[in-house]
Amino acid sequence: MLEELPKSYLGELPRSIIEEVEEVAKERRLSEEKKERLIEEVKKSYLKGKFEPGETVGIIAAQSISEPATQMTMRTYHFAGSAGIKVTYGLPRLIEIFDAKREPETPVMTIFLKKRFNSRKRAKKIAEEIVEKKIFDVIRRISMNLSEGSIEIEPLNPKRIGTIIKAIKEKMRDITVRVKAKKVIIIPKGKVSIGELRKIRERIIETRVSGISGIASVVIRMEGEEWIINTIGSNLEEVLKIEEVDETRTITNNIHEMARVFGIEAARNLIINEALKTLQEQGLDVDIRHVMLVGDIMTVSGSIKPIGRYGVAGAKTSILARAAFEETIKHLVRASVRNEVDNFQGIFENVMVGQVIPSGTGMFDLVAKFEE
Amino acid sequence: MLVDKIEFSLLNPELIRKMSVAKITKTELYDQEGYPIEGGLMDPRLGVVDPGVRCRTCGGSVGECQGHFGCLELTRPIIHVHYAKILFSILKMICKKCSRILIDEKELKKIKERKLAFKKIVKLAEKRCPYCKQEQGKLKFIKPYTFTEDNEILNPIKLRERFEKMSDEDLEILGFKKMRPEWLILTLLPIPPVTVRPSITLETGERSEDDLTHKLVDIVRINERLKENIDLGAPDFIIEDLWELLQYHVSTYFDNEISGVPPARHRSGRILKTLSQRLKTKEGRFRGNLAGKRVNFSARTVITPDPMIDVDEVGIPQLIAKELTIPVRVNEKNIEEMKKFVLNGPENWPGANYIIRPDGRRKKITEQNKEDIVKEIAPGYIIERHLQDGEIALFNRQPSLHRMSIMAHRVRVMPFKTFRLNLSVCPPYNADFDGDEMNLHIPQTEEAQVEAEELMAVRKHIRSPRFSGPIIGAIIDHITGLYLLTHGKKKFDREEFTQLIRAVDPEIEIPDKKTMTGKEIFSMFLPKDFSIEHKSKSCVGCKKCLKERCEHDAYVVIKDGKMLCGTIDKAAVGDEEGKIIDKMEKLYGPEFVKKFLFKITRLAVDVLTKVGFSISISDQDLPQEAVSEIKNVLEKVRKDVDELIKLYEKGELKVLVGRTPKESLEHSIKITLRNGLNEIGSILEKSIKENSTIMMARSGAKGSMVNITQTAAVIGQETIMGERMERGYYERTFPHFKKGDISLEAKGFVSRGFRNGLTPFEFFFDAINSRESLMDKSLKTRHSGYMERRLVGALQDLKVEYDGTVRDSANRIIQFIPGEDGLDPSKVERVGVDVRGIAKELFR
Repeated sequence: MLEELPKSYLGELPRSIIEEVEEVAKERRLSEEKKERLIEEVKKSYLKGKFEPGETVGIIAAQSISEPATQMTMRTYHFAGSAGIKVTYGLPRLIEIFDAKREPETPVMTIFLKKRFNSRKRAKKIAEEIVEKKIFDVIRRISMNLSEGSIEIEPLNPKRIGTIIKAIKEKMRDITVRVKAKKVIIIPKGKVSIGELRKIRERIIETRVSGISGIASVVIRMEGEEWIINTIGSNLEEVLKIEEVDETRTITNNIHEMARVFGIEAARNLIINEALKTLQEQGLDVDIRHVMLVGDIMTVSGSIKPIGRYGVAGAKTSILARAAFEETIKHLVRASVRNEVDNFQGIFENVMVGQVIPSGTGMFDLVAKFEE
Repeated sequence: MLVDKIEFSLLNPELIRKMSVAKITKTELYDQEGYPIEGGLMDPRLGVVDPGVRCRTCGGSVGECQGHFGCLELTRPIIHVHYAKILFSILKMICKKCSRILIDEKELKKIKERKLAFKKIVKLAEKRCPYCKQEQGKLKFIKPYTFTEDNEILNPIKLRERFEKMSDEDLEILGFKKMRPEWLILTLLPIPPVTVRPSITLETGERSEDDLTHKLVDIVRINERLKENIDLGAPDFIIEDLWELLQYHVSTYFDNEISGVPPARHRSGRILKTLSQRLKTKEGRFRGNLAGKRVNFSARTVITPDPMIDVDEVGIPQLIAKELTIPVRVNEKNIEEMKKFVLNGPENWPGANYIIRPDGRRKKITEQNKEDIVKEIAPGYIIERHLQDGEIALFNRQPSLHRMSIMAHRVRVMPFKTFRLNLSVCPPYNADFDGDEMNLHIPQTEEAQVEAEELMAVRKHIRSPRFSGPIIGAIIDHITGLYLLTHGKKKFDREEFTQLIRAVDPEIEIPDKKTMTGKEIFSMFLPKDFSIEHKSKSCVGCKKCLKERCEHDAYVVIKDGKMLCGTIDKAAVGDEEGKIIDKMEKLYGPEFVKKFLFKITRLAVDVLTKVGFSISISDQDLPQEAVSEIKNVLEKVRKDVDELIKLYEKGELKVLVGRTPKESLEHSIKITLRNGLNEIGSILEKSIKENSTIMMARSGAKGSMVNITQTAAVIGQETIMGERMERGYYERTFPHFKKGDISLEAKGFVSRGFRNGLTPFEFFFDAINSRESLMDKSLKTRHSGYMERRLVGALQDLKVEYDGTVRDSANRIIQFIPGEDGLDPSKVERVGVDVRGIAKELFR
């Protein structure tokens, strides 16, 4: 795509603007000459709006995100949109994103279907298939027969006895399974105590019969002209294996899962989208550029690093800046045995010793030529 | 640059001895006469803290002499607590017999080449020494500073022996440079100079020593006792005990918050603040003294509004102006002026407070000596003269949440005792006048003044980098005023409009007309080539926009500086959303917007004084039909909810996915209530006749329809954590309800408005709700404050380089093009570069 664009002004204007110029030119059916004129004007406007060297974009981004955050709600949950799924939102969610928690408090997925499979029936079928069902959900009763040292299961639907047996057999060894009078009877091999039997019962209850592990429940809904499945609980790897699922659009809100399945760039985009969404839900207007910077700093290293002492802030090169941030003593002790050097390239170190900071106007020196 | 790097390494005994100027051996600090004892902890060779005394080492007086280290010979070696963990990890890596790393040579070579991290090397350690074949014992580290091997205590002497045998190469493989582990087991303790721990003389003449000195006294005392006991040949267990005690004292000297160790206390029972405590936390050296410093040339007082001063001005009380000074160097050209200042003295503004002679000595100007000083002044002198009109001052209000919280204003010296500021700058500071105080700083050098003016001036911050829109704009009364002026077809006769226009601009030419409409008056201050079209705040959102023919006069059209229709309100000139401000900033620059804003706000204030504007409780009066209509709606809502509850009790309610029946019920009730309230809102909107209160809500000046509904009609459902009231007694909110009652009244629905008064229950529910939001607020500030600190900590060093990339302090690239298009949100409109707009302009 980029190669097709006129090379003459590539590099001077960012891609998004070039594309827009092309679009406008097409719409207005501009002649080459007129297009050149438009480009000249756009260039002028662009140069006026560019960042100046030395601008402390980091601090501006940090302030732009946290200043409106003071106006956010502390309430943890709310029911998102028409799907009515309970999700974390507001300040807690924003903090969760920047903390890069392993597992979000409310993991959810948005599953899109491929165009040709998009129908209510198909969506409903998939939805039913992926919900995780445990033995607990498909039985009427489970009991321990202490005299026999066995466990008896009475299924809700006698026809599904086979699947239950299969699931149990897959999960557990050292047992024998029999069917007697529409009941499943499980006998552990060898002698077991009552306590052990109880443990086995717990394990049986938790055994998955069908569906994808982690997906607690699903909602299907119409968005535009499309059927979409929203899930509570997340398991991207497994869901993507389903044929009907559109793997180009299906997402989860778990950053780490996203990085694992789709790669770090996807995780970056997820951080940006989720953070921006959380802010906008509260009616707060924050420029996407600021959120992008946060997304980038969290993912530049190739793995997800949280904002905070164990992540980005703890990985800074300056010992003094780290010491001033958190865990002062730890950083000083470490630096001393490793013979580390602080190079005074950052802001904090220079503020500390009362020097001009190396950003903004402090980034430059004045060189003057005097007549002799 | 003064400092371009700092290297961290360990002090070794040799160095400690070298830099020491005094050996400390005595426990007493002073002799009978009160003079410091030589060899005591206040040894005069360690520096001076009392005025008039000279340092015995360098001869400097207080201020000149920074102090000198002494040293204490520890009778037995002591482990440094902070390094105990590191010592243990090294100990685990080396052989108990030959002190070589427990990894064979081949592997070592690999490690050396790959430069493995310490954590990974640890895993490679073998159980048998590959060199001397010695079986290794089972090592254990008992926090905070005890080591055992095969359940036998390894004392510091034995530890030292092992570490001493290690080779430098081995240490380097483990990642330790320029250090020897035995240095971490102290034999010599550096004694900090007295300047680090100055003693204070109380009024009674009594001396009060610093916490550090107290701690050091303990160390010296136990150290001496241990020595005596060893010399006397005391039994082992006594020596062991004393050794342990010495270890305790040295450890708490370094850190008095070690877990598992009782903190050392002062005689009064107060916990001592020792070395670590001086550095740590918000008030510690790093965060408290190095990251933030106290400043001079600053002032703080209450703020009050003043619509008559310019947007970028700040009114400063004369009292403060006489205290804050600016140094000016005397030269041939300004000498006469400077003399005048000196003659005015420190009491009369504009005067001067100090002169600095060319030799650097400063002299205070007083009423008595000012005549003499005037005679003395010559080029080369520096005069610290009072603050004057037009000077640059930095103005700040805490919490400083964003860069607009501190901006450069022009000084305007005024009577009385408050800082005055124009109302348009309230939004960036988030200031109001219910007792807010603000701070002011005066940049002292020309360089600082220019930089403040160029980078921090108010006009440079009209556009917020957060959302690329104006953060400075007209507020509250300004908006009401302009709304009154421009709404509909109000006419002003010649006298009226002349007064209005002249109040704003004494020079502008007054049109030769008998009457002028409000729109025409407003147009007077628009630039002649300015055009814009937008929907105003009062737009009701009709299905099909009639644009110019809008029946609410809510579609603004300005063509070539002429306002044709519409109403000026928050959407036009307000902060955050003012479209006119936004466009003007882009077309004519910030200086123009500043002037424009001042003009129209002045105009608005004058309109208000001319037309008059007041609100009253009768604004909330409802016509009888509306009252009954609202009653009907409430009745309907109540019935609907009862219906839902009945269904729920029968178990016939439709259960929503992923929710319990109870949750589904609550959800349905909430929706029913919300719809009901919306309905009431629209009834109000159409039945209340146009009045001041509603006008303020419509124009966006202050308040909203919700506020009006709550006062005039119903407050609605009170909630806690987003749910209907749950708390109180078992299964009910008050003992006046039946258990399990889940009807509207019992769960905090308030069916009255503030104007009509609440029932006791309703009042209580409302108070519960208010309390929740109050707590929420204070909790929130803590959380978001910490989030900000972390974000700043993570992002503070990022900046745009000359090549257009965003890099951190280690020069790593974070973004190739900032924000993917390189545009600074504080310089462009919300859309970035408006290609379509440019094309439209270009090919009209």
